[in-house]
Amino acid sequence: MPSFPRGVRLRHDEARNQWVVLAPERAFVPDEIALEILRLVDGEATLAGIIDTLAARYAAPREEIAADVLGMVDDLAGKGALRG
Amino acid sequence: MNIVPPPMGLLAELTHRCPLQCPYCSNPLELEAAAAELTTAEWCSVLDQAAAIGVLQVHFSGGEPMARRDLPELVRHAADRGLYSNLITSGVLVNARRLDELQAAGLDHVQLSFQDTETASAERIGGMKGAQALKLEAARLIGESDMALTVNFVVHRQNLARVPDMVKLAEQLGAARVEIANTQYYGWGLLNRDALLPTRGQSDLANEQVEAARLQYKGRMVIDYVTADYHAALPKACMGGWARRFVNISPIGRVLPCHAAEILPGMTYPSIREHSLAEIWGHDPAFLKFRGTDWMPEPCRSCDRREIDWGGCRCQALLLTGDAANTDPACVLSPHHGVMQDVVAQAGTGSEGFRYRRPGGQRMMPGAPSGPGAQVDELVE
Ligand code: SF4
Ligand code: SF4
Repeated sequence: MPSFPRGVRLRHDEARNQWVVLAPERAFVPDEIALEILRLVDGEATLAGIIDTLAARYAAPREEIAADVLGMVDDLAGKGALRG
Repeated sequence: MNIVPPPMGLLAELTHRCPLQCPYCSNPLELEAAAAELTTAEWCSVLDQAAAIGVLQVHFSGGEPMARRDLPELVRHAADRGLYSNLITSGVLVNARRLDELQAAGLDHVQLSFQDTETASAERIGGMKGAQALKLEAARLIGESDMALTVNFVVHRQNLARVPDMVKLAEQLGAARVEIANTQYYGWGLLNRDALLPTRGQSDLANEQVEAARLQYKGRMVIDYVTADYHAALPKACMGGWARRFVNISPIGRVLPCHAAEILPGMTYPSIREHSLAEIWGHDPAFLKFRGTDWMPEPCRSCDRREIDWGGCRCQALLLTGDAANTDPACVLSPHHGVMQDVVAQAGTGSEGFRYRRPGGQRMMPGAPSGPGAQVDELVE
């Protein structure tokens, strides 16, 4: 189940009209796909659940979405922004 | 007219009071007195203004920010405004009750500094007996909390050999991130440069050790290493560029593009007691002075790295070339680069004695610290 590690949060940045991930001494702007995933991370949704939600939202084949999500989660975990 | 993007981070230097007296402290040589500090209400107004113009992260620093009794109130105020809050602390004033208060107030992250991994050396460098045990206890308490922990070491000739131990200690303490930063040589650091500057050999070895540790700890702990400018061929983007990403407010409300900016001669900086943050950020002459690339001389002006490193550090340019508007001498392309290389060639030949950071300390002779630990309670107001 993906979750935000301690000291990491996602918030909307009104001044710049964008979403940002705030982390210790870091801040970065997730791209569109990453943001879709991050907004579903609530500490309760499972990885499979997130993939289902996005597959339904985009009416796309589940395997395609799954590949995107897994790659993105890996990438975000590497940046310390997500715990897999 | 370009529209100035708002700052990302606010460095709130709440106080210059600190039970430690590190000889590389980034505070100015003239320390501000407690009585002149901004009040709670004034800091709350600063936080309101910062959030309103687009600041995302606030770093509560000092001195020792925990020396301010109103810290939880300020943290709560920041959290209410949506600001991500970071506490930069030496840890010696941390206890379970105060940490609980900070967590309840919404503190996101704690950066805890250590002077060394070996107790005797750490306490000699920090000038406070008994500090190491207090710091280790602080780390344990933070580890048990919901707040993220970064362990920080400022490194120099007298502790650089312990880089691998520093990484190990940070992991043992449960830190998600360790920051190992070379001393910056202005203010107190410059005063103590003979005792602190690593030799080229030491610096090269540390670089290799950091690379090895990064591989070893990959995926487990983030290792941030800030190299020494003196041993570099290219400068760093100091503060991410003058008045681009950060704004620093001193304990008495002086608004600065960088915490060291007060050393630049002929510059006057506005007070938050007299002007709004938005007005200062957008229009103050001191903020406009080195913002962007228009002020740059050659070789920066026509260099393709000018929007990467923004010409380096203005304070370093001043201190080593005599003119703040010169290219940072850390750059190989600077006509003054040789000055730095000469200093590095001399490294390791000076005395190891310190001039400790304390009021009047810049005039004191090197010697053993008179541990101020006993006065810790008086420091807390
Ligand atoms: S560097 Fe040392 S003396 Fe300076 S504020 Fe930090 S702990 Fe205190
Ligand atoms: S010449 Fe100026 S812009 Fe180019 S690398 Fe050196 S400091 Fe940076």
